[in-house]
Amino acid sequence: MGCLVNTTFFHGLKAGSSIAIGYFPVALTFGLLAKTTGLSIIEATAMSLFVYAGAAQYMSLSLLATGVAPWLIVTNTFIVNIRHFLMTAALSEKVEPAPKWKKAIYAFGITDETFSVLATQKNRQVTTAFTFGVALIAYSSWVIFTAVGHVIGANLPQFLQKAMSVALYAMFIGLLVPSMKGNRKVVLLAVIAAAIHCALFYTQLLSTGWSILVATLASAIFVEILYVKSNKNVERFTKRKEAN
Amino acid sequence: MGSMYWWMLLGMAVATYVPRMIPLTILDGKELPPIVSGVLRNIPYAVLGALIFPAILHIQDDILFGVIGAITAFTLAFLGLDVMFVVIGTIAALAVYSLF
Repeated sequence: MGCLVNTTFFHGLKAGSSIAIGYFPVALTFGLLAKTTGLSIIEATAMSLFVYAGAAQYMSLSLLATGVAPWLIVTNTFIVNIRHFLMTAALSEKVEPAPKWKKAIYAFGITDETFSVLATQKNRQVTTAFTFGVALIAYSSWVIFTAVGHVIGANLPQFLQKAMSVALYAMFIGLLVPSMKGNRKVVLLAVIAAAIHCALFYTQLLSTGWSILVATLASAIFVEILYVKSNKNVERFTKRKEAN
Repeated sequence: MGSMYWWMLLGMAVATYVPRMIPLTILDGKELPPIVSGVLRNIPYAVLGALIFPAILHIQDDILFGVIGAITAFTLAFLGLDVMFVVIGTIAALAVYSLF
């Protein structure tokens, strides 16, 4: 990753291509699960086309299968996706200034993965063209492979279908680890958030959507306070040294 | 599934788009206090941690399945492999595991 080279639409397509390939098994699995849940190919593909939210779409399938009321599925979708509010708020600090309508368009393409790729760019600021590139290639892959999954999914051998259920999480790990190397703050943020989420999950205090939100916020705030305090101590120490 | 499905889809689409769109358009350009923007910059790493655990351990009834997946993915990522190879390698390892 060079400095200041990732600026054009094509750089964006390239940076997003690993997401597109990562989405391949995840979308394929979604298409196949949608088929077994009883959705037609149009209904399944339309969900990927208009909703475009991996975790929420998977969840809606399991809720549909158990006969949960549609309004409850919509509520659940909202709760699971409130985390995108944090992500786009964080991203608004990172993207270059642009007309609101352009931002309103690429906002649709902000997922956990496109967000992670954009937010972890070494450049201080990401360009609008780059953002569109990343978003477009990831979105295309998601929609296309949902349809493909619906068509061919059921023909895949059972062991492979099972193995593919890990795809989404392997992708998150692949995005997180490079930033963890040599950065204690990143390690701390991820470990604390994971620990809080585990605690909330196993005690069943909150539903999944809320517990992800709470764990993320608690970790981000706690670590920030920790670092602001230790920085102040360092400043005070160096000032005292200078005074002597 | 009928028309009920399409109404649900519309609801899901709105419920997903609104949280994505509001911060980028409405909060845009407002100067945030340093502590707030510091917290916002922490969020990507915290959210990834929370998304991975404990969900990865429970992708199948067999916990060992998720444990092997997590160990494989972390190992491949620490070796410096690109995201797509981490995904493909982890799927391959679990495919081998579920064959036995």
